[in-house]
Amino acid sequence: MNVALDREMRPNGAPREFAPWKDPSLSPLIHFEGVTKRFGDVTAIADLSLAIYEREFFALLGPSGCGKTTLMRVLAGFETPTEGRVVLAGEDLVGVPPYRRPVNMMFQSYALFPHMSVFDNVAFGLRQDKMPKDEIAARVAEMLKLVNLKGLERRKPDQLSGGQRQRVALARALAKRPKVLLLDEPLAALDKKLREQTQFELMELQVKLGMTFMIVTHDQEEAMSVADRIAVMDHGRIVQMGTPTEIYEQPATRYVADFIGDVNLIEAKVTGRDEKGVLLQSDMPTPLRAATEADVAAGAAVAIALRPEKVKITARKPAEATENCVRGVVTGIAYLGDFSIYRVTLENGFVFKAARPNVTRVTDQPITWDDKVFLSWTPEAGVVLTR
Amino acid sequence: MASNERGLGGRALIVLVPYLWLASFFLIPFLIVLKISLSDDVLAQPPYAPVLDLSKGWEGIREFVAVLDLENYAFVLGDPLYLYSYLQSVSIAALSTAILMLIGYPIAYAMARAPLSLRPILIMLVILPFWTSFLIRVYAWMGILAREGLLNQVLVGLGIVSEPVEILATNSAVVLGIVYSYLPFMVLPLYAALDRLDDSLLEAAADLGASPWKSFWLVTFPLSLPGLVAGALLCFIPAVGEFVIPDLLGGSDTLMIGRTLWTEFFSNRSWSIASVIAVLLLIMLVVPMVLYQNIQARSLEVGR
Repeated sequence: MNVALDREMRPNGAPREFAPWKDPSLSPLIHFEGVTKRFGDVTAIADLSLAIYEREFFALLGPSGCGKTTLMRVLAGFETPTEGRVVLAGEDLVGVPPYRRPVNMMFQSYALFPHMSVFDNVAFGLRQDKMPKDEIAARVAEMLKLVNLKGLERRKPDQLSGGQRQRVALARALAKRPKVLLLDEPLAALDKKLREQTQFELMELQVKLGMTFMIVTHDQEEAMSVADRIAVMDHGRIVQMGTPTEIYEQPATRYVADFIGDVNLIEAKVTGRDEKGVLLQSDMPTPLRAATEADVAAGAAVAIALRPEKVKITARKPAEATENCVRGVVTGIAYLGDFSIYRVTLENGFVFKAARPNVTRVTDQPITWDDKVFLSWTPEAGVVLTR
Repeated sequence: MASNERGLGGRALIVLVPYLWLASFFLIPFLIVLKISLSDDVLAQPPYAPVLDLSKGWEGIREFVAVLDLENYAFVLGDPLYLYSYLQSVSIAALSTAILMLIGYPIAYAMARAPLSLRPILIMLVILPFWTSFLIRVYAWMGILAREGLLNQVLVGLGIVSEPVEILATNSAVVLGIVYSYLPFMVLPLYAALDRLDDSLLEAAADLGASPWKSFWLVTFPLSLPGLVAGALLCFIPAVGEFVIPDLLGGSDTLMIGRTLWTEFFSNRSWSIASVIAVLLLIMLVVPMVLYQNIQARSLEVGR
């Protein structure tokens, strides 16, 4: 399941509370102001504004073609925005060529120079800055130590494994100590185990170096693992921005709820409100109640987003259940090891997903295919979505 | 086991084909030329001796080998005329290759940077001259470069020169002819190398602080070197032995080795001296070939 890592879980005793975006006295390091980018008739980014703060690990998340990579390339200087400004540390970047920008990028393809050794690749940016030779050697050694590649200085990129190449690319992008490190799908080419390990290393590195990282990814687990804040993008716009917990637990729209993790979306109509939340009516054979602070009037069409792990699956009807309880038949089980996902088909044809942690190795009364089961959830479990 | 052996046999057969080809169309003719170069000229048919007579058996072979000697080599190497021919061939070929690189690189670079939709047309334009006979194109240059030719008419007409310039029948005309004829052989391998270049490498160089000019010298140029070397050798090697262009565009003092060889063979009827020239030329060209192979092998290692 999704591991939403907050700062509390961060390694190396990082600050427990890190939320510069909540501090009105701070000004952002990067500021996109009304940025629009059009390629011919196609609008890749539509009037987007975004503020990123120093030392943040910021993720742009979205499906391919949502404009996230274009936004990063605008910051790197490879694309010129059609409209709007990009300000970095108080300096307007529009018109500044990529080779004069204090940002460095780790490319998805790594883009290592094939004719240069690992040392020369990492030293490339430093040489452009006319750094003295002995300082370059010291910095390259430091970088290679940081990414655990000591001793491979003289290898050529084609003599390295995929994981090693990824580290060289990272070391090369970090070597100039940029104000912002841009990571374009940095882990997409690695296998799952290596990816997870590298995610942790990236987080550690970012805290250790005290740098601002901006990552572009289509992998929601990756974004949630590494980032302080995530901007979920769709069709060139940011549909929601927040911490991983906020995005997961309080999705703003049906799109976000569906894109981040697994969800059951129940379309419903508000019928009333009392002190325990709103009452809703839908084609589910049960009265619905959801706790929400959202201002929804009676008669409004909304959706209830219900995460599978918040749905309780039982063989017998829970005694106290008078609402938020449906009956169905198990039509599919996905055993994931730590969790099992049950697909339960209701009488009205709706397929519900419910997750149950496998806390014991052997269960006395396992729920299996074709079993009649009851699904129930608390009013607090569902999120009312108006968009 | 049996199928494995059959598979091996099939593979051996496939490997054998190019070797058979090389043996019958390169090695055997070369051995014949080598043998003639070690023989003596005679007024006979064929115009050299000895001729191998297998009917005498071992005795015949021994007699045959005993008569072969290196005196023709001593003659060719001792006469400054031939040395001069070789030197002039190499210097004209080298100058032409240098000019070809200077002209070919920008053309190939512009082609590789052109919009994708335009590239097939550009490649077409580079190859198009091949559709006309090589000989006719060189003859056309004679018409352009002649004393009363197109070029002089334009130059005089525009008042750039008062008297027609002597271009035809000079070494400059030969260099011009070689550069014109060989340009596609320089452009195409260079284009292939530049086209393969990953754009993200240039973006990475820019991202790390290299200006476009530095990116070119640090990334584009070194990565296009295999193409440049291939193009240079594809032009230099045949240019050294070029016969038609110096014969048609060159003057009487343009002594390129191909022409000298032709004179020995057809005018002097000295097959043995012509063969010596051919063998020495081959040895001269094998050196850059081996160099090229080394660079190819190295670039393969890098490109992998």
